[in-house]
Amino acid sequence: MGFALALIIWAITLATVVLFAGRFWWFPEAISEHGPSIDRQFMLTLTIIGIAFVLAQATLGFFILRYRRRGDERASYWHESRRLEILWTTVTAAVFLSLAVLGQRVWAKLHLNAPPPGALQIEVTAQQFVWNIRYPGPDGKFGRTRTELINDVDNPVGLDFTDPAARDDIVTVNQMAIPVNRDIHVILRSKDVIHSFWVPPLRMKQDAVPGLAINIHFKAVKTGQFEIACAELCGLSHHRMRGFLSVLPEPEFEAWLKQRASQ
Amino acid sequence: MTQAVATHEPPRSFIRRYIFSTDHKVIGLQYLFLAMAAVTIGIVLSIYMRLRLAWPTERWPLLAKLFPQAMAGGTISPEFYLSLVTMHGTIMIFFVLTTAPLGGFGNYFLPIQVGAHDMAFPVLNMLSFWVTLAGFLVLLAAFFVSGGAPISGWTAYAPLSAVGEIAGPGLGMGQNLWIVSIALFCIASLLGALNFITTTLNLRTKGMSMTRLPLTVWAWFTTAVLALLAFPVLLAGGILLLLDRVAGTSFFIPEGLIVSDKILPHKGGSPLLWQHLFWFFGHPEVYIAILPGMGITSHVLSTFARKPIFGYRAMVAAIFAIGLLGFLVWGHHMFVSGMSPYSAIAFSLLTLSIGVPSAIKTFNWLATLYKAQIRFTVPMLFALGFVSIFVTGGLSGIILGQTSLDIPMHDTYFVVAHFHLIMGVAAIFGIFAGTYYWFPKMFGRMMNDALGKLHFWLTFIGVYAIFIPMHILGIAGHPRRYAETAGFDFLAPLQPIHVFITIAALITAAAQLLFFFNFFWSIWKGRRAEINPWRATTLEWTIPSPPPHDNFGPQVPVVHHGPYEYSVPGAAEDYILQTAPPTAVKS
Repeated sequence: MGFALALIIWAITLATVVLFAGRFWWFPEAISEHGPSIDRQFMLTLTIIGIAFVLAQATLGFFILRYRRRGDERASYWHESRRLEILWTTVTAAVFLSLAVLGQRVWAKLHLNAPPPGALQIEVTAQQFVWNIRYPGPDGKFGRTRTELINDVDNPVGLDFTDPAARDDIVTVNQMAIPVNRDIHVILRSKDVIHSFWVPPLRMKQDAVPGLAINIHFKAVKTGQFEIACAELCGLSHHRMRGFLSVLPEPEFEAWLKQRASQ
Repeated sequence: MTQAVATHEPPRSFIRRYIFSTDHKVIGLQYLFLAMAAVTIGIVLSIYMRLRLAWPTERWPLLAKLFPQAMAGGTISPEFYLSLVTMHGTIMIFFVLTTAPLGGFGNYFLPIQVGAHDMAFPVLNMLSFWVTLAGFLVLLAAFFVSGGAPISGWTAYAPLSAVGEIAGPGLGMGQNLWIVSIALFCIASLLGALNFITTTLNLRTKGMSMTRLPLTVWAWFTTAVLALLAFPVLLAGGILLLLDRVAGTSFFIPEGLIVSDKILPHKGGSPLLWQHLFWFFGHPEVYIAILPGMGITSHVLSTFARKPIFGYRAMVAAIFAIGLLGFLVWGHHMFVSGMSPYSAIAFSLLTLSIGVPSAIKTFNWLATLYKAQIRFTVPMLFALGFVSIFVTGGLSGIILGQTSLDIPMHDTYFVVAHFHLIMGVAAIFGIFAGTYYWFPKMFGRMMNDALGKLHFWLTFIGVYAIFIPMHILGIAGHPRRYAETAGFDFLAPLQPIHVFITIAALITAAAQLLFFFNFFWSIWKGRRAEINPWRATTLEWTIPSPPPHDNFGPQVPVVHHGPYEYSVPGAAEDYILQTAPPTAVKS
């Protein structure tokens, strides 16, 4: 019995290591400036916990095998060892807290710094089950909006056209384009319930909370077409709340914006 | 501590003896049977979920018979999938993982292990069970009301849960029933917690000092303290949520919401307030579910390693540290919620700190096995399985607890895999270990060994096959609570993993039938158990199986030894009962 259990534990450990080390499925390539640092921190942490995982399971299996009952021999009698306990408490605390501190670096860069001046502002207003994307237009200013004016057919964010700044605002549904290599400042809002803006290759996820305007910033460094998924349960079509993010070279982005403005 | 113990006759009428009983042992069994009913339903719901995830468009005419309204077309619709998500989570967390280890085993064995003839407040104890049962029935009723069960998840985030049916099916009456059910559960848990704390502090028998308490008692005691402090917060949150829904208040609903083209009249509320209240309860709840499992594992490991538990005092300190830190980490559920990024850093550091006492427990379990003489009984297999799964499930917390890594991992299947292993599967392994270990005491018969071992092998391999691949789904970015992968190009290639997990889940669920069969068959047909079949040391093994109505009869047990005196050099046997005369060996 002990032999079988030890073998099974080791086999499960091996299979787990193969599945994680083989990366048969893995995260998509990072396209944001901060993405690789998140990936590096992830791999560092995964390596450390992977070593801890293998050591713990291997030891468990070994003890099960080595110390299975042998005749009527008695087990050894000991209650504790202060030195051992101090040793493994200190080592664990040092490793875990170092990881926690290292894990704050990307976080601090993303969330403790204000969006860089000159970042392109984009407002993303989520609703069941659509992403409304608004650009400030040529004047660089978001116009006034009013809840009463919201109309899903032709005014999804409720632009108040009596405000001149609102007249050139550009609103799209589920289509977001950004220029590559430029800081982007997204203001996240929601009209109804909580949603979450999740673009896996950007390594960016942030809840959109009704009543709050949440600011995030990032910079995409690779072009391409990506999907925006909702990551917070928002109702019956949560799994179909899909938007598209195009990361374009600057001139193409400008052309895209112009074309949208004329619509 | 002295107490007058007379020979109590059990009540003679069937109803007072088995239905409205104040005997902690009957109440413990009532909780266990409630948990068994609940876990059966919870598993069935998860099977429906797994079928939907593997084969989203498939029709299941036979399965539709259970839910004729919700599965009218024979398929599992996305909204029904979300109802299943909500009900599976709620049933498992409250009515299984809280009910069985604390309400069940805690009720039955805490008074016996401290040498008391019953709980401190037997009538409160009875009330606590009946209120729990009422809560369970109210929750199940949600399936049968108009609109069906709520689709807002067990976390019931506002405003989705607060604004009513306009936000989606099941968010009308179904959501109201959910809140009432949880409120009832909170009240019942408070009554139970008071009882556990008072009994541990005041009803210990002569010689049962706090440092001679079995680690199970320490775990139940700490869990009760957590329950006493955490459940009132959820109760308050639930009442506020209900008021938002039925009385027009705006605790969680901000101004200017437009749901289904309707502007809501609410103003001034905060959706994040609900999350703070919910997780202030919700994180300690994780430890409410897992601490008793840690206690049982320590207890069982020591018994079958035939060795004293390594580092008893460190184990008690670790239980306390986990309990205390457990109240300071709720914000790690909210890193990307819009909460202040500065407080996120504090929560992250505290969260990784809680890994330290958890690691201490693991080291001590391993050290207990070092130079042991392991007996591979079924409870021991489940306790060893607990250690393995606790390590696996706990380590992924080191990823999730880091603010920056939580950005990609939050609300993905990585989280689902993590919490299922650590608070679901590990806790269930603790419950299985406890069931196989104490069954002889509770029913006076042994469970079948071969069936028990087969159950262990299939379950141990099965849960790893289910939950290890689930981490990979999360790493690939798969959000949780999605009814299918078809809506996104980046999710479609992951579908084979879903199929694999579903097959593993079906096999693992089927293996549980072995347990249920063994359990009920053994109640009537099992081999008769002696008083102390495992040659264990604690007080429950000094009294008949099953114990008489007042546990110890006219004799008050007097405790002379610590709880884990195994293989003491010079002793006649390889174990010393806690009640053995002090001359047996110096302790």
